[in-house]
Amino acid sequence: MGLTARDQQLVAAIQGGLPLVSRPFAEIGARIGLSENETIERIQALLADGTIKRLGVVVRHHELGYRANAMTVWNIPDDQVDELGRRIGGVNFVTLCYRRPRHLPDWPYNLFSMIHGQNRAAVLHNIEHLIERCGLKAIQHEVLFSRQRFKQCGAHYIDAPPHQPVVARMHSPSEGQA
Amino acid sequence: MDTRDATIINQLQGGFPITERPYAEVAKTLEITEKELIERLENLLAEGLLSRFGPMYHAERLGGGLTLAALHVPDEGFDRVAEQVNHFPEVAHNYQREHHLNMWFVLATETAERIDEVLTEIEQKTGCRVYNVPKIEEFFVGLRFEL
Repeated sequence: MGLTARDQQLVAAIQGGLPLVSRPFAEIGARIGLSENETIERIQALLADGTIKRLGVVVRHHELGYRANAMTVWNIPDDQVDELGRRIGGVNFVTLCYRRPRHLPDWPYNLFSMIHGQNRAAVLHNIEHLIERCGLKAIQHEVLFSRQRFKQCGAHYIDAPPHQPVVARMHSPSEGQA
Repeated sequence: MDTRDATIINQLQGGFPITERPYAEVAKTLEITEKELIERLENLLAEGLLSRFGPMYHAERLGGGLTLAALHVPDEGFDRVAEQVNHFPEVAHNYQREHHLNMWFVLATETAERIDEVLTEIEQKTGCRVYNVPKIEEFFVGLRFEL
């Protein structure tokens, strides 16, 4: 999808993480035959066009003591979903906020937000706070706590070795991210 | 993990400079040395507090398919269905959740078209109706996890 072979190689070279050395982009460039400057320019371009959403640390919520998470879903009138989606996404304990399709009549919810906390009570407290702060009292919602995690693959986006067509296998750190 | 580690994590959730000496730049704002920052990141990764230090990609831009889907699985068949669903290599995460729709999984496929094929196969294999809820729009979140 518009990615050049060189960019595919670059995406594959950094997907497992940046090298923890003084000049990481020189090292990545050396692996795929780019100069340090070219590597920096291409990564900046991939960030600018959104191919890379962000670069930084990916935390393990559970290991950091955030042992509860709830997918909280909202049934928001279509003409308000952009406004309320932005508001909910702007609250600091909300880690993900997506609009998704309803499946009426079984599933009326069109906005999904992921809320973490040290425990269930903390998550529920955060949701109450969210309702208050974003003016959601009239909005139908449900809180889906996770009971069991069966499967979580490591982050791995591209299986193909260099020169092969790009293969996206995005394993996001949290299910709401899909 | 000490308070300095927490500061590093908070800072680096927000982004990372794309420059020749990025660690040195971040270290300077944290008033530590580049060497200390790198060592602390190595430790946080080794201890598993960080899963990764690197990019989050926009999967669709890379040409793949990505979706979230749910099933209602009757209690007595839950383990069997979980096994059937997890058997698909395209299933990246699978969580049991407290709801009538009690199984939620993320599907990541090599092509966008493959999503529907896999969901159909999952329906046929499990006998459960699949509720597919692909992302329509993403609202910006800071993705900061304040420690």
